[in-house]
Amino acid sequence: MKLRVNDKDYEVAAPADMPLLWVLRDLLGLTGTKYGCGVGQCGACLVHVDGKPRRSCMTNAAAVEGKAITTIEGLSADASHPVQVAWAEVDVVQCGYCQSGQIMAAAALLAETPRPTDPEIDAALGRQLCRCGTYQRVRAAVHRAADLNQEQKS
Amino acid sequence: MSVLADPNRREFLKAATLTTAGLVVGFYVPAGRRFALAAEVPAAPAAPPLPQANAFLRIAPDDTVTVLLAHSEMGQGIWTALPMLIAEELDYDVAGMRVEHAPAAPAYFHTAFGAQMTGGSTTTWSEFDRYRQVGAAARALLLQAAAQRLGVPVSACRTDNGTVVTGGRRLRYGELAADAALLPMPASVTLKDPKDWTVIGQPTRRLDTPEKIDGSAVFGLDVRLDGLLTAVVARSPVFGGKVKSFDASGTLAVPGVRKVVQVPSGVAVVADHFWAAQQGREALKVDWDLGPGASLDTDAMVAEFRKLAVTQGKVAATAGDAPGTLARADKVVEVEYVAPYLAHAPMEPLNATVRIATDRCDVWTGTQMQTGEQMAAAAITGLKPEQVHVHTTFLGGGFGRRATPSADWVSEAVHVAKAAGATVKTVWTREDDVRGGYYRPLALHRVRAALGSDGLPAAWDHAIVSQSVLAGTPFEAMIPKSGIDPSSVEGAADSPYLEAIPNHRVQLHDYRAPVPVLWWRSVGHSHTAFAMECMVDELARAAGSDPVDYRRRLLADRPRPRGVLDLAAAKSGWGTPLPAGRARGVAVHESFGSFVAQVAEVSVEAGRIRVHRVVCAVDCGIAVNPTTIEAQMESGIAFGLSAALSGAITLKDGRVQQSNFDDYRVLRLPDMPKVEVHIVASRERPGGVGEPGTPPIAPAVANAVAALTGQRLREMPLRLRA
Repeated sequence: MKLRVNDKDYEVAAPADMPLLWVLRDLLGLTGTKYGCGVGQCGACLVHVDGKPRRSCMTNAAAVEGKAITTIEGLSADASHPVQVAWAEVDVVQCGYCQSGQIMAAAALLAETPRPTDPEIDAALGRQLCRCGTYQRVRAAVHRAADLNQEQKS
Repeated sequence: MSVLADPNRREFLKAATLTTAGLVVGFYVPAGRRFALAAEVPAAPAAPPLPQANAFLRIAPDDTVTVLLAHSEMGQGIWTALPMLIAEELDYDVAGMRVEHAPAAPAYFHTAFGAQMTGGSTTTWSEFDRYRQVGAAARALLLQAAAQRLGVPVSACRTDNGTVVTGGRRLRYGELAADAALLPMPASVTLKDPKDWTVIGQPTRRLDTPEKIDGSAVFGLDVRLDGLLTAVVARSPVFGGKVKSFDASGTLAVPGVRKVVQVPSGVAVVADHFWAAQQGREALKVDWDLGPGASLDTDAMVAEFRKLAVTQGKVAATAGDAPGTLARADKVVEVEYVAPYLAHAPMEPLNATVRIATDRCDVWTGTQMQTGEQMAAAAITGLKPEQVHVHTTFLGGGFGRRATPSADWVSEAVHVAKAAGATVKTVWTREDDVRGGYYRPLALHRVRAALGSDGLPAAWDHAIVSQSVLAGTPFEAMIPKSGIDPSSVEGAADSPYLEAIPNHRVQLHDYRAPVPVLWWRSVGHSHTAFAMECMVDELARAAGSDPVDYRRRLLADRPRPRGVLDLAAAKSGWGTPLPAGRARGVAVHESFGSFVAQVAEVSVEAGRIRVHRVVCAVDCGIAVNPTTIEAQMESGIAFGLSAALSGAITLKDGRVQQSNFDDYRVLRLPDMPKVEVHIVASRERPGGVGEPGTPPIAPAVANAVAALTGQRLREMPLRLRA
């Protein structure tokens, strides 16, 4: 199958039912997208498909042929995406394992909703699990990223 | 893992201080007594072991300063705190430092535990002297090298952020490193006076952020090697079960599956990638000899615990005559608290990558216990421990699960690689993790207390029934002659409340079950604080006292716990009105050398407990990185809230009834309270911060629920009665 990931085209030989997560990680070597539960419960594997958030562990790779897939490695070339900048400013990360998914979920939210309210953040990131409990900082960093977006525009 | 230490924390600290004092020169071991400032930096993690494997610091000609961590970064922030200690003395900007996990070697043994390991919230205090000494010694050598090169006395030289300055000359550390490496170590170094600190105590951003926000950080699961295969292992559905026979015909028909091999823990399916291995395992038919574990039932265990609790146990603490006083008392409160088995459920499931050659074995894994992994791999491969190279990756959470005395997942991965004759990454699925044991032990507390005429407890009789974390492991020798595993009674037997109660007794009943148990963030404190702080709260109510005032009276002679209690009460607005439908609860607890008080503000919405705000006061002695301390309090509270509100592993017919995050629920973002952290200014030696935030939150919430609803919830997870 042909996959377009982070603006690059890949020809992949994978079983038709292989989840996108494992194609990304084990076949393409893009290990920034994480495995946490395999059943769509934790969000560590969240990527963008045509700009929309998708749990890659529950997405057959074959189903996203021809679509634009973005992983954490492709969010920006130099960690300059406002979400990444905000994440660094707010010192969000702890163990870091869930953070790719958190950041991708936040970026997808802000693309749709430039100024999310707390309930909107809850709705968009409420199923992104973090065992280190970085949630308070995740919330603060989403607001900060919204500010940074605004500043960039003005 | 305070269990490794004497339960008496003060004695323990004294011993640790002695050890580190002996390390003034001993922190460095290279032959020739030369400090190992390397001239070149090894490139790949797979490179041969560092020639200066026992050094903590490398300064490269291009001025790059690399700090080697003797401990593992699992979120707790030592990737930043330990470099800060070196930076303070080295006179070098911490933000420019590079950090690596050290290889497994005796030079990196824990200063108090005699093995390379991370746990018990010990990293910062146990390295507080060693890492500062490393920085100070390196600075002294750089000064000396500069003085020699320029032909001036050392006294004419000073350092200035990565350079040595004398007269009009300025030499970069990188220019001096090669010379400095040839100089003999100073016999001793003088550390800076705390009043001159410019790094310690400054809120400092994490050094591991850049690689954790762009996907480049390498966790164990991300290790990639040429020819690497992936395995998943079919393990017994009940604890202690053994493989009778298996049929792999369906498995071997799955595309990508290479081999199916039997290992001591089960049957491993080895494949080209995870997906094939997992599909292969689903097709595998294993006939198990389940053994006695098949009858395990946690409801039955609790019933058995309840019976045990009223029998004679091992006495962990006693003073006066608690039973006699209780027998004569007018007013007795008698209650029982239950805490279930809990899985750590770190976000990164367990995994290890193993490559075995004739003369070496390489292990890549995120571990809290390098020495244990090294010994286990050596025993399985027949190699010497120094031929086993442990490459510590970032840990996708640890919480104790990545510190197993039995080296469970690494041993299994070594067996798989050996049996498969290949380089293999053995990966646990989330279901494997949730069902795989190594839980926080199930615990039952039975507490009886008599109130005196002053309302304070005149007697306290406390029985704990739980399962020892150490028994049956290579660490069993750490259980003292009394037979009492300190980690089963810590936080109760040594409670400052009991010191204030003339008649008290704490007994332990050690229950043996074939369920593997382990230290789970805050270990025994995770259930003893719940029992102690709920009981004290119940007594305060029974005495008609305010819960904060009541604790103040009991802690009259204990300034540090009283200090955090007062601070949390003041900052939370304790005693001031709240909106209708809300109430506050308080708890204060000492663990791992630090004192934490929390006030939780709760409501009940549609039968569910909601925690809105937590005010947390912490006294951890010298606060090395306040940013990390705040983060660890937030983290400990979130972890403790998962347990308080939803965490439970239960067994029926020997089977674990939970499997993934849908039925082993953990805290989610919408349920995260607003956490406000207040750090007590202190010049006491540092205590721990990774765990002490966890114990107080469950009792603080339970006490708030009692204040709000009148319901005393004595079993975790807390569930309101209809």
